[in-house]
Order: sequence, then C-alpha cells, then structure tokens
Amino acid sequence: FLGAGGGNDIQWCFSQVKGAVDDDVAEADIISTVEFNHSGELLATGDKGGRVVIFQQEQENKTQSHSRGEYNVYSTFQSHEPEFDYLKSLEIEEKINKIRWLPQKNAAQFLLSTNDKTIKLWKISERDKRPEGYNLKEEDGRYRDPTTVTTLRVPVFRPMDLMVEASPRRIFANAHTYHINSISINSDYETYLSADDLRINLWHLEITDRSFNIVDIKPANMEELTEVITAAEFHPNSCSTFVYSSSKGTIRLCDMRASALCDRHSKLFEEPEDPSNRSFFSEIISSISDVKFSHSGRYMMTRDYLSVKIWDLNMENRPVETYQVHEYLRSKLCSLYENDCIFDKFECCWNGSDRQVEFFSLCTSDIPSIVMTGSYNNFFRMFDRNTKRDITLEASRENNKPRTVLKPRKVCASGKRKKDEISVDSLDFNKKILHTAWHPKENIIAVATTNNLYIFQDKMN
Amino acid sequence: MFVRGLKRKCFDGEEDIEGTLAGIKAIPSYNLQRQSLLDMSLVKLQLCHMLVEPNLCRSVLIANTVRQIQEEMTQDGTWQMINTQSTGQASLDRLVSTDILCRSSRDQAEGKHVPSYGTFNKDFESDQAQDSSETMSTASSVQAPRNLQSNVWEMENPQENKGNFQKSLDQIFETLENKSPNSVEDLFSEVDNSYYDLDTMLTGMMSNTKMGHCDGLETFSSPTNTASNSNCKSDLNELDHIVEILVES
Repeated sequence: FLGAGGGNDIQWCFSQVKGAVDDDVAEADIISTVEFNHSGELLATGDKGGRVVIFQQEQENKTQSHSRGEYNVYSTFQSHEPEFDYLKSLEIEEKINKIRWLPQKNAAQFLLSTNDKTIKLWKISERDKRPEGYNLKEEDGRYRDPTTVTTLRVPVFRPMDLMVEASPRRIFANAHTYHINSISINSDYETYLSADDLRINLWHLEITDRSFNIVDIKPANMEELTEVITAAEFHPNSCSTFVYSSSKGTIRLCDMRASALCDRHSKLFEEPEDPSNRSFFSEIISSISDVKFSHSGRYMMTRDYLSVKIWDLNMENRPVETYQVHEYLRSKLCSLYENDCIFDKFECCWNGSDRQVEFFSLCTSDIPSIVMTGSYNNFFRMFDRNTKRDITLEASRENNKPRTVLKPRKVCASGKRKKDEISVDSLDFNKKILHTAWHPKENIIAVATTNNLYIFQDKMN
Repeated sequence: MFVRGLKRKCFDGEEDIEGTLAGIKAIPSYNLQRQSLLDMSLVKLQLCHMLVEPNLCRSVLIANTVRQIQEEMTQDGTWQMINTQSTGQASLDRLVSTDILCRSSRDQAEGKHVPSYGTFNKDFESDQAQDSSETMSTASSVQAPRNLQSNVWEMENPQENKGNFQKSLDQIFETLENKSPNSVEDLFSEVDNSYYDLDTMLTGMMSNTKMGHCDGLETFSSPTNTASNSNCKSDLNELDHIVEILVES
C-alpha cells in the first residue's frame, strides 16, 4: 500500500471534519460538490439545500511548523433557491450540482455555481473598512435634519470587523431544458461551458442573455434516445478543445474550430467491451460519471461504476491504465441495481500539480501522479500511477486524532475474512463518498461523506 | 446481447449453499431471474413519474436494460403473450435479487448460448433492428458452443415461465392501475401489447421531460389507454401535491 514504506509514499493524517455530528442527516445538508480554488486557500462546498459554504485556510503559523493552516468558515450564502416550473408542473431542485472557481484577478474571488437549470456567477469580497463621518447621515443611517448641520467634515475610512460578502454578479438562466451536470471554465478565462443530459452550451462570462449551443445529441424522436451526456470539461490548455462523456462509456473530444455545432467529434475514446464480462448491467456500469483532464492536458481520467481509467489523448481505442475501485461489487450488481446504488455518480480527481517540477523534470516518474476517488462505507481510494500501488482509507470520526496516520482498509471479497478486514456484505451502501478534491499545490485533500467534510493532509516531519 | 444459457457455478464460501442444493431442489432458472430483472426495471421506470423531474440518465439506462432483455427474450422465443392457466403455484417474490444475472459469462461453466435468429421478430422498429443487427454481427464472431443445459430448462418450464411472465405483468399492471381483473379475458383485454410496447412506455416517460414552449412543434406520441391511465393517476397525485404547496405558501 501507499504508506507501507518507501521513501516518497504519502502518509495521510486526519486534519479536520466539518458538519453535524449526529447520524440523523438533514436532507439539505447533504454535500453535493467540493472544490478548491486555484491557490488552494479557499475550499468551497455546495449542498442539497442550495447553500455554498467556503472555508479559508489560515495563514501558516510560524510556531506550528508541523501542520498546515486549518480551514475555517469564510463565507456562507444561499446560492440557489427551489423553484417551480409551472409549464411542466415540476419542481426545480436547488441542489448545487457543481462549483467552479475562476482564477483570481483582483482582490475579490469569483466562482460559478449551478443547480439543474441555472448557473450563477458569485463575487466574494472582503470588507474590512467602512466610511464614517457623513455629514447628512447619522452613524445608524438616519438622515440628519439639514438645519442642524453647522460644520462640514470629510468622511474617513475606519477599520471594522472583517465582513465577507457574496453577491450574484451574473445569472445564466433559461438555456437548459435538461439537468445540468457539468460546468467548465475555459483556459481563456472568458468563456465557459455548461452541459446537460443532451446539450452543451458555450457562454461568455459577461453575457447572460445569450449562449451558443455547441453539442446537441437530442434525437428528433425522443423514443429513440439511448444515450445521454454525463460530464464535460474544457482542455486545460487548448481553448478550443473540450471533451464530453456519455452513459454508454464513450468520451468524445471536440474542436470548436471545426464547426459551430460540434456534433461530429474529432476523437472518440471507447474501450471495446470485454465479452467475458458481459451481463445485463454492462452498459449501466460502463456509464461514465466523471471526466477530468490531467494538469498537463495530455491525459484524461474517467470514472465509471467500478473503475477509474486513464486515457492518453493520442490513443482512442483503449485507456492506458485501468484501476479497479471496488471490483468485489461486480457480483453484487443485481442488488445494487435494485437499491439504485448502481446509478451513483462517483467523481474522481488528480493530485495537485507542481508545475515547476513538471517543467524541469526529465523523467515523468519523478512527478508524483496520484488519482483519487470515492467508494462505499465511507471508503476512498488512491492509485499511485508511478508505483502502481493503491490504498483504501476511511473517512470516519473514529480516526479523528490529528497527526495520526490513517490506517489502510481492506475489503474481503470472498472466503475467509482476515482480522481488520471488512466483508462485502458488511459494507454500508448508504455511506458513499461521491465528491473528493485535492489541493492544487499541497498534499491536502477534502473528502465529502454524506453530510460531513473531512480534510486530510500528509504527515509533515 | 448474447443469449446465454447459464449453469450455476460452484461458488466458494456462503454462496455455495445454493449451488450444492442444485441437484436437490428447483433453483430459480435463468429465465425466471431475467424475468425478475425485467419486472424490477419496469417498476423503476414507472416510479420515475414523481414531482421532481426524473433523472434522464437513470431512465435511459433502465430503458436500455429493458430493451436488452426484451430482445433476448424475443430471440429466445419466450416473448409471447399467451393465455395462462391459473396455477396453484405459490407466487415467487418477483423482485428478489439474484446473483446469477450478475455473474459474467466467464464464471459460467459452459460456454455462451448462440441466439437463434430465425425467431427474430421483424416487427420491431428500425432502431431496435439496428441494435439487433449489431448484436448479430458481434455474436457471429463469438465462437461458442450451444448450451444444451439451458434448452433443457426452457423445455421443462415453458408453462412456468410464461405463466410467471403473465403474472408479473398482472402485478405491475395492478400496482399501477389499481384494478382487479374480473376474469382472465378481462385481464388480457387490458394487457394489450401496447402497454408492453417499449416505445409507448418510453414516450410516456420521455414526454414528461419535454419542455412545453421550447419544443412546441414536436408532436407528442399519443399514449395508449394504459399509459394514459397511469399518467392520469400520477397527474392526480401531482395535482394534490401542487395544491399542497400552493396552500402552504
């Protein structure tokens, strides 16, 4: 395992946990997305109740060199409200499906948050000064009787307690008939895409009343619908390139320079089916729930129900690497279909990039490359692409002693259960880790259980 | 989709119990379990009609699964509506989870079952024909011996399978329609092919996802009696719910 020895293996320790302690989970508190900003200083979560909570990392304390700064609540705001579509007589959930940060350009921070139908651009800014000494207003805001004003003064700024304000700057609405599953900001930092089940739209961050439709897979006759879009992302470096994944396990790479409507892909990534593993559930488990480019843009990672696959953009006919997340579930697919767990959409993420190392390194295996994804029973998995080792860890309050290295977990698929192993039938399928995020620069990870956010970091010596 | 005959393999561990009893009592046949999966899928599709818009991805995946089973059953020749005799059988739990369907063919002792294309129903609409022709072309490249075991099972239990098939239809139908059929004839007069017509069902499901003012030019397929009945029932529920919301606010 990772951490079982070896000089460069990461040893993960519990750092913090955020959220309610009690087992009775309020539906609105269910975490639905987790995302670090580009510097890693801020960590945003979205929940089913439409709220966004942003945590900020404390500046490192020089006296406490053995741990990195803690994350504390920085701002909380209601991003989306429940709505009712009167035409269809259906509720529109306020659940935040995705949050994506914009790179910081000035003192304020900007992020995009989306529910099923509407994307919003939020500005988060700090206020730590306020003007005092108005001539016409009292300090409490009441207007003074002008006849009582005998002298004039210039208002001055005085320090105040830090206030963090979130204000919606743009609302991008009415462009999606189906449920939005992805948003992705382009490397030009001016445009972004939003993808629903059947269509992908291109927006300009400044313009809310128009968007371009760049992918449309809706059949003329809805009865012929057999495939939907499940995720989409812009290439990190090429502003005309994006990919989208489907429920049939395919990924299409499109170039917006080729045509206005990118219905014809430039590349189609699909692994031929293994006929020996074919079952009635083959298609469902091949459905891709997440797609993420590597930082270099040379690879992309996809997550389907049982595995994580790494694709080289230059090779379309099969992935270069496949990692089994929980292969022991393959014999339980029928039960997982019955209880709907087979439709769970797990996300995946790459470790943070050290761009300097990537640039100067002659040998790619010097650059740590680790991918992470969640599983059931509050387990999450990491795969080291260089050492080919993997580890299973658990996000639970039982391990919450800071600086204690997390103990690796093991699931026993069949046969005799060893000590400390957990059998497949004992797994709690209600405790699923769908959302994880890796700090862009350091070995700090955020792992979301149903309603708690765990932060782990590597053991610093 | 390859039609395959399955022979229960000998498991290790706890799963072995069922395997060892294979010779002693009747174990659920592949057909029965496939039926169970079909029933489960249809119920899932119908339950999609809730107040919040159904998850389109989930609906499409379930519908594709139903289509696969339907195709396989057509190739098997078990996809037939016939009169059923009232059987004294204890009704099995239709929605029991089984492991046999989850097992890949690699685990099977015998090889795959080559589908018999002669019984292929040509009344399917074009896209399903396409799917099947794809299946045909891929299947022909698979070299596999015909599994005689499964044929034996089918011949032994044709009545059971078809009876169960009919019964499961009844169950779903009753759940959704809230009717108790007076006679067998009445039952069949209600359970016409169009209910089980995948396209009609998908229409009933898909039409909920259409946006009224955007796609106003698209024609809605006319649902059959059965589909519209179930829509009416769900509409009433929705209406109640909406009234509740309005009253509360």
